[in-house]
Amino acid sequence: MNTEQTETIGGAPAKAASGGPVIVISNLKKSFGGQEVLKSVSLQLLDGENLVVLGKSGSGKSVLIKCIVRLMDHDGGSITVLGKDVSALNGAGLGELRKKVGFLFQSGALYDSMTVRQNLEFPLRRMRKNLTKSEIDEKVKEVLEHVGLWDTLDKMPSQLSGGMRKRISLARTIIVDPKILLYDEPTTGLDPATSDEISSLIKDVQKKYKTSSLIITHDIQCARSTANRLVMLQDGEVSLEGGIEKFEKSTDPVVKSFFK
Amino acid sequence: MNIPAVNIDKVGDATKQTIAPGRIAGKMGSFFVELANVVFFILATIKETFSRDFESREFLRQCFQIGYKTLPLISITGIIMGLVLTIQSRPVLVNFGAVTKLPGMVAASLIREMGPVITALICAGKIGSGMGAELGSMKVTEQIDAMEVSSTNPMRFLVVTRVLAATLMIPLLILYADALGILGSWAGANIKGDVTFVLFFSQAFAHINFIDLLPAVIKSFFFGAVIGFVGCYKGYTAGRGTESVGVAANSAVVLSSLLVIVVDLIVVQITDLLVS
Ligand SMILES: Nc1ncnc2c1ncn2[C@@H]1O[C@H](COP(=O)(O)OP(=O)(O)OP(=O)(O)O)[C@@H](O)[C@H]1O
Ligand SMILES: [Mg+2]
Repeated sequence: MNTEQTETIGGAPAKAASGGPVIVISNLKKSFGGQEVLKSVSLQLLDGENLVVLGKSGSGKSVLIKCIVRLMDHDGGSITVLGKDVSALNGAGLGELRKKVGFLFQSGALYDSMTVRQNLEFPLRRMRKNLTKSEIDEKVKEVLEHVGLWDTLDKMPSQLSGGMRKRISLARTIIVDPKILLYDEPTTGLDPATSDEISSLIKDVQKKYKTSSLIITHDIQCARSTANRLVMLQDGEVSLEGGIEKFEKSTDPVVKSFFK
Repeated sequence: MNIPAVNIDKVGDATKQTIAPGRIAGKMGSFFVELANVVFFILATIKETFSRDFESREFLRQCFQIGYKTLPLISITGIIMGLVLTIQSRPVLVNFGAVTKLPGMVAASLIREMGPVITALICAGKIGSGMGAELGSMKVTEQIDAMEVSSTNPMRFLVVTRVLAATLMIPLLILYADALGILGSWAGANIKGDVTFVLFFSQAFAHINFIDLLPAVIKSFFFGAVIGFVGCYKGYTAGRGTESVGVAANSAVVLSSLLVIVVDLIVVQITDLLVS
């Protein structure tokens, strides 16, 4: 099994720490009614790496990561996160797992009825119940400064731009110090400059908090700058896996269309 | 602990598929699937209501929201209800020389029927649609999923608090509407006649006793629960596109208004049986 993951690509993502897999997915199946979205997906996320998942719209990327945190139940195959089979987890075990796995939603999913501060405090109060008021304030300040939006503290999400919302939801995801991060299209719908900012935030998080991340995207610029390794999801299976050079050399028309 | 929520999603999917063929059998089937969903939703809510961690802050916030949002509307309709009822029935009573019966008659019809039903219908429009739209948009924009991955049970945080708040606040709003209705009636009586408030009040309550009030109070709680459940159910089981938010809000109003009338009928029938 491959544990040495040392290639460094593009704008120098942090070197992936050489570790065992933190997520192992094998032969994952998921269908909705008669529609088979995931037929047999097998992949591994190694400790400390940024793994980019590419795939056309509708190829089941979001479904894949929702299965990882059990927002959806899969139909077949297995998902093991940090050594635990997710389908076997009960309420308490699932709660423990979700403390360790951060999820950045494609739509941001900020709570509309709460201010930025309340949005950030929400997961903290619920997952780190023993924190004091000043520790919570400290943590909120730390992540907000990390994403460079300290001045939005008392704004409502509706007052923020799309890029700011994405950054606030990134802050909300990392505030509980997860070990694994699942990013669902972090840069989609943003201008190139803001996309680059988000990409470098993702790299910062990897360096600073030593996280392993699964990054879903169809933004090749983001993939280039954040990925240690890539996989391509196509027709419900992983059709290609490897470093960015391998993807650039691929003759598969779908892969080529991403890199043109 | 999180299993009810997941299951509801699944049963919801099943509903959508059974609707697709559009045949009568399919529609009947989907009706029963929906009915099963509703029963399941209610059971899950009740189960979560008695779980250890009650979301008291969110509950209080919802109570405030429900009261605050509807108070002006209820105040105006309450007063007008009493006023109109009085102005309309006064000439008839004058003809029979029974003007002193006016306060008692108006108060009885307000407290027993008009107050609860009209207030509940207004709340179905205001609160039911609000819940349907809010939870529906939270569902569509993945906010409910985000709560779930933050180790928060959305049934407990969103649904239980709203259903309980509605069950508690709507009876209070009804009581308030009744009181303003009687005030409005007194004002109406004073347009043509001259009666002090104290006299009016004592005449109003001279023939009303506790047994008269009980069915009205009981049905108020049922109205509240129905509005809360329907609003939350429609929002929570909204589909995936943005248009489903509108559908959720709309069907919440339609269904809860209908159910308010049906519950009213049932309670009237039951009290009729019990009294005779
Ligand atoms: N809850 C659901 N119910 C029914 N079908 C679903 C559900 N979630 C996803 N699907 C279907 O699964 C397929 C894959 O959806 P998914 O959201 O994973 O795509 P994606 O790869 O993330 O696409 P995009 O890049 O546009 O976000 C789609 O055809 C979608 O219609
Ligand atoms: Mg997606």
